[in-house]
Amino acid sequence: MLELKNVKKTFNRGSVNEKQALNGVNLKLEPGDFVTVIGGNGAGKSTMLNMIAGVYPVDSGAVVIDGKNVTRQPDYKRAAYLGRVFQDPMMGTAADMEIEENLAMAYRRGKRRGLGWGILKQEKKTYHEALKMLDLGLEERMSSKVGLLSGGQRQALTLLMATLRQPKVLLLDEHTAALDPKTAAKVLELTQELIEKNHLTTLMITHNMKDAIRLGNRLIMMHEGTIIYDVKGEEKKRLKVPDLLAKFEEASQGEFANDRMLLS
Amino acid sequence: MGVITGILSSLPGALSQGVLWGIMALGVYITYKILDIADLTVDGSFALGASVCAVCIVGGMHPMLAILLAVVSGCIAGAVTGILHAVFDIPAILAGILTQLGLYSINLRVMGRSNTPLLKQETLVDKLAALLPKMSNSYTTLIIGVLAVVIVILVSYWFFGTEVGSEIRATGNNEAMVKALGGNTRFMKALGLSISNGLVALSGALVCQSQGYADVNSGQGAIVTGLAAIVIGNVLLGWGKSFGMKMISVIVGSVIYRIVIAVVMQAGWVDTSDTKLFSAILVAIALAVPVLIERYRNRPQVEA
Repeated sequence: MLELKNVKKTFNRGSVNEKQALNGVNLKLEPGDFVTVIGGNGAGKSTMLNMIAGVYPVDSGAVVIDGKNVTRQPDYKRAAYLGRVFQDPMMGTAADMEIEENLAMAYRRGKRRGLGWGILKQEKKTYHEALKMLDLGLEERMSSKVGLLSGGQRQALTLLMATLRQPKVLLLDEHTAALDPKTAAKVLELTQELIEKNHLTTLMITHNMKDAIRLGNRLIMMHEGTIIYDVKGEEKKRLKVPDLLAKFEEASQGEFANDRMLLS
Repeated sequence: MGVITGILSSLPGALSQGVLWGIMALGVYITYKILDIADLTVDGSFALGASVCAVCIVGGMHPMLAILLAVVSGCIAGAVTGILHAVFDIPAILAGILTQLGLYSINLRVMGRSNTPLLKQETLVDKLAALLPKMSNSYTTLIIGVLAVVIVILVSYWFFGTEVGSEIRATGNNEAMVKALGGNTRFMKALGLSISNGLVALSGALVCQSQGYADVNSGQGAIVTGLAAIVIGNVLLGWGKSFGMKMISVIVGSVIYRIVIAVVMQAGWVDTSDTKLFSAILVAIALAVPVLIERYRNRPQVEA
């Protein structure tokens, strides 16, 4: 469903701030794979997701989504295949527009925009049903401005918007990191529900190792721009947090001591 | 007493000019409020609309067709700024200044001189005046202005409700989201700037026909006038949250602004040569006051 072939990316090439963010990443996702991604700060997790989404062009290598080579396509064209949820709850929705207007735009993801009405009567019914599933009461406030919602509500809405049109791949970039623990748990539960219901191929970055082990059928660990560990199926189910910590330690050799607090 | 009668007699003119300039303010509203861009093309595209309109009418064209061509010219000017900003990533303010500067020369080229009077040619105002012989010029202008405003508001209301229109609104709100949902934000910004300057040129063309001449300097400070209208309208009718109400508030703001200017001029409080300074101070205060109020509201609370 998704394939990264030897993807490389260096930021600020030739300056003192030169940073090799991706150092030849190879990854292949089967349809229905739910992959959790972990790694320390600067390991290249977000860069990898941004390369898939086309936020910046790759230096070399290829990005293939559902058999199509999209390496040269800009982000807004690749959006036809991708659902994205960002870490910042403000980033996924338009604050000054109504809940239903936001959904209507998500419903048109990857479609040509014309001069037809931005939101049709019969669509509203679909949105009402979809919002009901969130169990946040948003279906009764469909013409409220999104800016009035809390961070958790906005993130839940973004998640719904990302999956309203079935994406080929769902990209989640630490989408619960900015939420309080209770809300984060709820959004995560919803994430799981939506992925299972729609059999979505998913890449989810997380800082929470327990979540990384508990969720999904496959786990990858990144370090210094490459994938250093990749487990799936039964082997992944048997993983424990100390195993992952040991892997980190082995990969980072000492630096990790500083990162430990962040990761556990 | 002379001052009061002077003020009263200047009101109809201020009212009609306020409505005509209000269309320009609607154009500014699209960039400043919807797209969140301060577009300085406006000063040039206003004069461009007036110049194109005047030259077409002098050349014997029907005044309606002249207006249409003026609008097209404004859209092109806006598209130039749009391309400079959205395609070449030139900061919006600089892109607008570049186009504005270039337009000054273009406007001189269009007219061949700095001023084109419409002496014997029939304008829309003249045509309507012939139908309504008893009415003063200010009122016939007002009728044309109100008609134009109603059409502009209806079309805008429709357009910003369409898929493309929603996309433009969302682009001003959250670009990252629009891209993630497959929207081409560069195109949307350029389109918004183009439409905005089309409206500004429409306003320029109508003002040109009502005043009977086009001048290369007629757009000077237009952006400030537009911002004044938006801010005043927001202060008076800010409670109106619907899109239609917001557009109406801009027109009302524009009319109030013209009346204020007319009053201070007639009363002799401000010299004609000082009106620009007066406008600048008025807008600066209007923009600063909401910020100060907000800061006052959010001041640290001292516990008693």
